[in-house]
Amino acid sequence: MTEETRAPAGSTTEAVATPERPERAERPERAERVDRGERRPGRSSPGAGGGREGGARKFFRRKKVCKFCVEKIEAINYKDVRLLQQFVAESGKIVPRRLTGVCTPHQRRLSSAIKQARNIALLPFAGRA
Amino acid sequence: MNRTYELMFIVRPDMAEEDQDKLISTLESAVTSFGGRVKSIERMGKRRLAYTVRKFQDGIYVLLTAEGSGGLMHELERRLRVSEPVIKFLTVRIDEEQKRLDKIKAIRAAKRKTSSTPAAAEAAGETPAATA
Repeated sequence: MTEETRAPAGSTTEAVATPERPERAERPERAERVDRGERRPGRSSPGAGGGREGGARKFFRRKKVCKFCVEKIEAINYKDVRLLQQFVAESGKIVPRRLTGVCTPHQRRLSSAIKQARNIALLPFAGRA
Repeated sequence: MNRTYELMFIVRPDMAEEDQDKLISTLESAVTSFGGRVKSIERMGKRRLAYTVRKFQDGIYVLLTAEGSGGLMHELERRLRVSEPVIKFLTVRIDEEQKRLDKIKAIRAAKRKTSSTPAAAEAAGETPAATA
């Protein structure tokens, strides 16, 4: 009895879980597939994953690096709209770290700066006005 | 306890220059009366807003940097909220961030110095030998 009840319960949770997945995959506009490939086989494996350019994805993937670390930009200010705009999607969303390659401490500062910029109408909350 | 704040506010685009001057000078006097100090005032000019604010598509941005206590900023914010032409404002405390940046700058400068000193020492060692 208990086993019987357990089994359908398990299958229903699966059924609930699976339809959610494709929905999620559809929403981000660009590079969800890149992310999938990247996460599984680890960082340095050359066989899988993909660069942002598509094309030669199977053979070569450039490792993403944090723009702020490389260019030694320490001041992430809400007034610097040009800089912040690079990390905001067309829809106005903050682009996740896994797509941009920004390191965690910088992403934290970046997101707070973007939110400040939104508050003073330098960046949109949603969409391009 | 003095802190540095950045107060950015947007006034309506059809506001006359003189009225802006008046508003800014009243803010300045408020800062000084609260024992603060105005560091700088920057007019960033007219800019397109990222979204509509009180049915305005554009706004004149003004940036005021001041040193003072939290009570001062409280008073400034209250004034901005009351004054009709101001459509939006944002206060950010900047002294801690500035401190952090200065620290990083100092560390970088120190690193550069340590990396350049061996070469400088070599050059210094060579020149006495050459003169002797």
